[in-house]
Amino acid sequence: MTPRTPGADLPEHPDRLWSAAEPKASYDVVIVGAGGHGLATAYYLAKNHGITNVAVLERGWLAGGNMARNTTIIRSNYLWDESAGIYEHALKLWEDLEEELDYPLLFSQRGVLNLAHSLQDVRDSKRRVEANKLNGVDAEWLDPKQVKEVCPIVDISPDVRYPVLGATFQPRAGIAKHDHVAWGFARAAAALGVEFIEHCEVTGLRVTGGRVTGVDTPRGTIAAGRVALCAAGHTSVVAATAGIGLPLQSHPLQALVSELLEPVHPTVVMSNAVHVYVSQAHKGELVMGAGIDAANSYRQRGAFHIIERQMAAALELFPVFARAHVLRTWGGVVDVSPDASPIVGLAPVEGLYLNCGWGTGGFKATPGVGWCFAHTIAHGEPHPLNAPFSLDRFVTGALVDEHGAAAVAH
Amino acid sequence: MMLLIPCPWCGPRDEAEFHYGGQAHVAYPENPAALSDEEWARYLFFRDNPKGAFAERWSHSAGCRRWFNALRDTATNEIHAVYRVGEPRPVTS
Amino acid sequence: MRRESGGRVDRSRTLRFRFDGQDYTGHPGDTLASALLAGGVRQVATSVKLGRPRGIFSAGSEEPNAVVQIEEPFPEPMLPATTVELYDGLVASSLPGQGRLATGPDPARYDAVHAHCDVLVVGAGPAGLAAARAAASTGARVILADEQPEPGGGLLGAWPADVVEGLLGAEWATATAAHLKALPEVRVLARTTVFGYYDDNYLVAVERRTNHLGAAAPAHVARERIWRIRARHVVLATGTHERPIAFAGNDLPGVMLAGSARTYLNRYGVLPGRRAVVFTADDSAYAAAFDLADAGVRVAAILDVRPSPGEALAREVAKRGIVLLAGHVVTAAQGDGQVASVQAGRHRPEADPAVAEHAFDADLLLVSGGWNPVVHLFSQSGGRLRFDETLGTLVPGDSRQAVEVAGAARGVDTLSGCLADGAAAGERALGGQAAAAAPPPVDVPTAGGQAFWLVPASDYAAHFVDMQRDVTVADLHRATGAGLRSVEHIKRYTTAGTAHDQGKTSGLLTTAAVAHALGERMGELGITTFRAPYLPVSFAALAGRDRGPLHDPVRVTALHDWHVANGALFENVGHWKRPWYYQRVLADGRLEDMETAVLRECRAAREGVAMMDASTLGKIDVIGPDAGEFLDRLYTNLMSSLAVGSIRYGVMCRPDGMVFDDGTVIRLAEDHFLLTTTTGNAAAVLDWMEEWLQTEWPSLRVYCTSVTEQWATVALVGPRSREVLAGLAPGLAVSTADFPFMTWREAEVAGIPARVCRISFSGELAFEINVTSWEVSRLWTAIMDSGMVTPYGTETMHVLRAEKGYPIVGQDTDGTVTPQDLGMSWVVSKKKADFIGKRSFSRADTVRAGRKQLVGLLPEDPDFLLPEGTQLVSTDVPATVGTVRGGAPPRTVPTLGHVTSSYRSAALGRTFALALVSGGQSRLGERLYAPVGDALVPVTVTSHVLYDPEGTRRDG
Ligand SMILES: Cc1cc2nc3c(=O)[nH]c(=O)nc-3n(C[C@H](O)[C@H](O)[C@H](O)COP(=O)(O)OP(=O)(O)OC[C@H]3O[C@@H](n4cnc5c(N)ncnc54)[C@H](O)[C@@H]3O)c2cc1C
Ligand SMILES: [Zn+2]
Repeated sequence: MTPRTPGADLPEHPDRLWSAAEPKASYDVVIVGAGGHGLATAYYLAKNHGITNVAVLERGWLAGGNMARNTTIIRSNYLWDESAGIYEHALKLWEDLEEELDYPLLFSQRGVLNLAHSLQDVRDSKRRVEANKLNGVDAEWLDPKQVKEVCPIVDISPDVRYPVLGATFQPRAGIAKHDHVAWGFARAAAALGVEFIEHCEVTGLRVTGGRVTGVDTPRGTIAAGRVALCAAGHTSVVAATAGIGLPLQSHPLQALVSELLEPVHPTVVMSNAVHVYVSQAHKGELVMGAGIDAANSYRQRGAFHIIERQMAAALELFPVFARAHVLRTWGGVVDVSPDASPIVGLAPVEGLYLNCGWGTGGFKATPGVGWCFAHTIAHGEPHPLNAPFSLDRFVTGALVDEHGAAAVAH
Repeated sequence: MMLLIPCPWCGPRDEAEFHYGGQAHVAYPENPAALSDEEWARYLFFRDNPKGAFAERWSHSAGCRRWFNALRDTATNEIHAVYRVGEPRPVTS
Repeated sequence: MRRESGGRVDRSRTLRFRFDGQDYTGHPGDTLASALLAGGVRQVATSVKLGRPRGIFSAGSEEPNAVVQIEEPFPEPMLPATTVELYDGLVASSLPGQGRLATGPDPARYDAVHAHCDVLVVGAGPAGLAAARAAASTGARVILADEQPEPGGGLLGAWPADVVEGLLGAEWATATAAHLKALPEVRVLARTTVFGYYDDNYLVAVERRTNHLGAAAPAHVARERIWRIRARHVVLATGTHERPIAFAGNDLPGVMLAGSARTYLNRYGVLPGRRAVVFTADDSAYAAAFDLADAGVRVAAILDVRPSPGEALAREVAKRGIVLLAGHVVTAAQGDGQVASVQAGRHRPEADPAVAEHAFDADLLLVSGGWNPVVHLFSQSGGRLRFDETLGTLVPGDSRQAVEVAGAARGVDTLSGCLADGAAAGERALGGQAAAAAPPPVDVPTAGGQAFWLVPASDYAAHFVDMQRDVTVADLHRATGAGLRSVEHIKRYTTAGTAHDQGKTSGLLTTAAVAHALGERMGELGITTFRAPYLPVSFAALAGRDRGPLHDPVRVTALHDWHVANGALFENVGHWKRPWYYQRVLADGRLEDMETAVLRECRAAREGVAMMDASTLGKIDVIGPDAGEFLDRLYTNLMSSLAVGSIRYGVMCRPDGMVFDDGTVIRLAEDHFLLTTTTGNAAAVLDWMEEWLQTEWPSLRVYCTSVTEQWATVALVGPRSREVLAGLAPGLAVSTADFPFMTWREAEVAGIPARVCRISFSGELAFEINVTSWEVSRLWTAIMDSGMVTPYGTETMHVLRAEKGYPIVGQDTDGTVTPQDLGMSWVVSKKKADFIGKRSFSRADTVRAGRKQLVGLLPEDPDFLLPEGTQLVSTDVPATVGTVRGGAPPRTVPTLGHVTSSYRSAALGRTFALALVSGGQSRLGERLYAPVGDALVPVTVTSHVLYDPEGTRRDG
């Protein structure tokens, strides 16, 4: 028995990740919510725009919301040009992010398969592949045999209720370790001067003369030149304190993991018709999710029949999973917009910026949205990549409808 | 979740028997043509999303197939009241 | 090291099993763990990160260490050996932290049942049994569930010391459970773990029904069953888990929880070692020491961290000649692969940690840091936990749900106390008000210990906290050193508490070690959330029977068998199986390919007569005085003006103006309509109608009923369809004048009462014959018997309609398409003041020029079939588009739209496509390019109506 150094697999960190700060009386920018988006926004505000008098206020522990709960699927193979633009920008940033942040993110480009189970799925999938190619997004259409080559444990036999008729494949897509991403951004932003204040819930937005002036917290009022909302599932609650209604509904979304298993699943598989998505994380656990709970709720807890349904779907596609075990289930609260696309841009109140509506799929956007949102905050106007995701689109009707056609969640 | 929802017509039943309908008391506008684009957008896409008491619609889709309203706390999932369509939102303390 | 007698195993029968290639034996009543200990096996697993040997640490489901792989009868990964009941033929192997899945399918069955009860009691220990008995005594519906194969809980391990109501503890448990089982309203579930506690007292449990039978398990019995229980009231009598203590080498095989060692002795008749040292902060370990000593284990010493254990215990210790070192701690457990010696020293503070002053040879080191109530389910229920400073642990506080905790699970630590507490909880449960009536406070335990979690040391690299994840106190210090303060962060940073046991023994220990490091109080740091499931549950159990054909309902039409017998291949459409095309056997014996079959079917429809089973179309009967008004509000066009006897095509939009469904409406009577929907949308349309009726327009007197299953529909299509119909329906006047387009008639067809509609989805003369489902095969056969008719499937239907430019909702639309985009402004009423969707047509984006519009496309090469989904670009693009894996992405090119439908047309003698193209209607005649593979295929934009635009064929 020659033990390796305990903790040999833990991230190296000669210095602290971040230190708890006491709130100051005022900041140039206050970011509400220390999830991935809040942290990335803070980092790029400091890094790209030199704005460092920034506080990120978090009601719980840093990155303890959806950032800590998601299934970490990263891809950019969205249908519409607007979506491909921002998600592909994010994916490009992901590709250099470990270096940029000097932190191990376990970013693994193992590819994502989106399975097709009906002739219409096939049409929609091919349409998405072709659209992706025009947008410079790597995408392929695979027939069932090729699916099996990428992921040998997928059941492509005709016996399943909805046989696999093929899949789209994005080789550059993959997964990362969500916590490490949060800590990497926090550490890098802290090094540039950003402050993180945990257990500091924003209970109200202060607005004077149509302009935001600060936020209320149990630890006092904090003045702010600009306020950026990165509160994910809780955005409606915060916005409502300034009388702003948003087209968002908050729903629980659940996920689960199995015990550690020898590698069987080399990629990420998503299926909408047989509703489940699965990857095997680096330690060996199967990570799975499915759809949201139908009813609005702010409880980080979903209904059990959704888990049962998801396991049935998992076994349809992967019969070898039968005797794997569910170790842990959990839920997050996601903010779902009518067109399943985010809202990133200006708010009806001056100095207030919105980043919300990412619903079930905002983890993958983390660096991209941080980049664009920081630009939006710094310049007072949207970055071209997030301009299509304005709140105004619900008035004009120019939705970016990612669930109507070729609907793929997460 | 996995609520026990008291259908006003059938009695308490599992959540899985029901279909969710979002916010209650959002009437179809009297005269849509008279609305501005903003007002119409509000009707189409904007719904309350409170953390707390929420008047919402449910349909007992695997039972009597009737729609009804419930007053539920979205922070705890507790259902405070169920009532029929057309009845006003009950006052709770 | 099996004893000659004692315990609850059946020595009269021998079970053979194999572990890591070695053969062993055990007895019914054994677990794999007890049988391995009996066989002298110490190392059962290897740790995941450090590769350290791991032994058996506990005797229950809290086991962090002894995780094995089942190999036979069927592979199952990562089971604690302490939870595997032994069976003959079991083959298992040790695991290095990762399990292995079977490569083939699991032959076992799984199922689920729903149950409702007045009182669900979780845990059949003394408190649970007492609670169930009290509740059941009044005839209430009671479910008592326990994960063990037999009732008794803690009594099983303590036996034979405890006596209840004149019986030995375990016997009392058996008798009580038998009494309960005999009551008609009581269900006693053994081998059943309640693992999830959801809102409104919904709990889920898994019953392991045949696992313990091994290969002898009957195939027809579900191996595992999920119980979905809705309980009026819940009593959680879930007991306690013993606490470990962190010290150097505490992960070595041979280190074991004291109470577990006692269980191995008393329940399984197994000596877990020959020479033991006991390290405790609590009285209960003394009972273990005495039982073991009395059974012949040499107990070298008891190290009690407390200054003194009290006189009574000291006397008992002295009586047995055991060395007692009060105020002492273990400074290290040492040995090569298992405990060989234990170093001990006086308990000293952090700054001046204990040094080894004594060394004891031992192969067993029993540890007890006290007991933690099992509060997992209570916490899952939404119950608040309270940190009890006296007990040094979390105890249940209040819950919103109708639940209470009884016995040891809330800190009661005497047998009589647990019995009384359980009985009282059971009685209160029946009052129904139990949640409100707070249970009486627990007396502060008299025999309690001192909360003691870790032995201070200068180096914490071998103080294990989570043995499964190889997390040491030193690792926790790394995390706090990085500035992390929340236990949630620390858990994530170190992975402590994330293994198969979800931190049952390590969770609070982690908090304690962090609190110790930071100089904070445990109560303030708290613990990470308890999440379902309490124990790992197999995927297969959760999937239950919802697999294969039962995964989603399969709907077939009344003609399905005919289709199967006649070479149909099927397409899944919604839940339906629809014939896709019929494959004929060619003269040379080969089967037709799809293209040939579809061209043949199309030709038959355009040149002769063909028919399809259209029964899957949704059919909704709408009746009532306001039915016309109602349909006017739903459809974009006017329906109330439809004459009785006539038919109209209609489109429904969502309020956002996007097409939702289409179909025909026929007027049966002034107040009576029948509408058809697309196959996939039938249920959604009916729901849609009900929603509007009930929630918006309750004053409309209208009733909607699905009649999809009642009517079967045969579409008879082609220039000779009239001839076939006339032959079968002599009483029906079929001429164009007598039976005009878009009207319907009642008639007998092949002697069957039918409603015949003159509608066409192909542009050809066509009739839809509707009969009751049970008579449709007679109709179908009669038509086939004419010898003129070719059956066709959905593919041909799609080609025929596409040639006419008729869109398929969901294929040529995608939720972003208005009727105007489809070139169907004619279906949007200008007269009606309002209908659903109308207001949206005047929004900025819906009036925008450049919206995508439905057009036809003709590839310049008439033989080139555009793949559906192909994108379209204008002329100024580089010659190649497409991404090479790993290569530089090409520059992005704006898309103008995409191909929605594409076919080879027999009628046009060429390929064609439909597409949604930006500003399409103003691009007619324009050349666009379709990137296909590496090529850019030139196509010409045309009208979407490619075949018979004048409609000359409609009347035959
Ligand atoms: C189960 C699950 C699976 C998912 N899977 C994927 C996936 O595979 N791929 C993917 O791309 N996306 C996925 N997502 C979605 C993704 O997690 C979210 O879109 C994304 O994390 C949202 O951005 P965020 O990280 O900033 O959110 P969060 O981490 O939720 O951050 C919001 C923060 O705001 C804080 N906050 C809220 N209100 C206040 C207040 N008033 N004051 C102060 N702080 C406040 C919250 O506590 C929280 O920390 C998943 C989500 C869930 C729940
Ligand atoms: Zn009902």
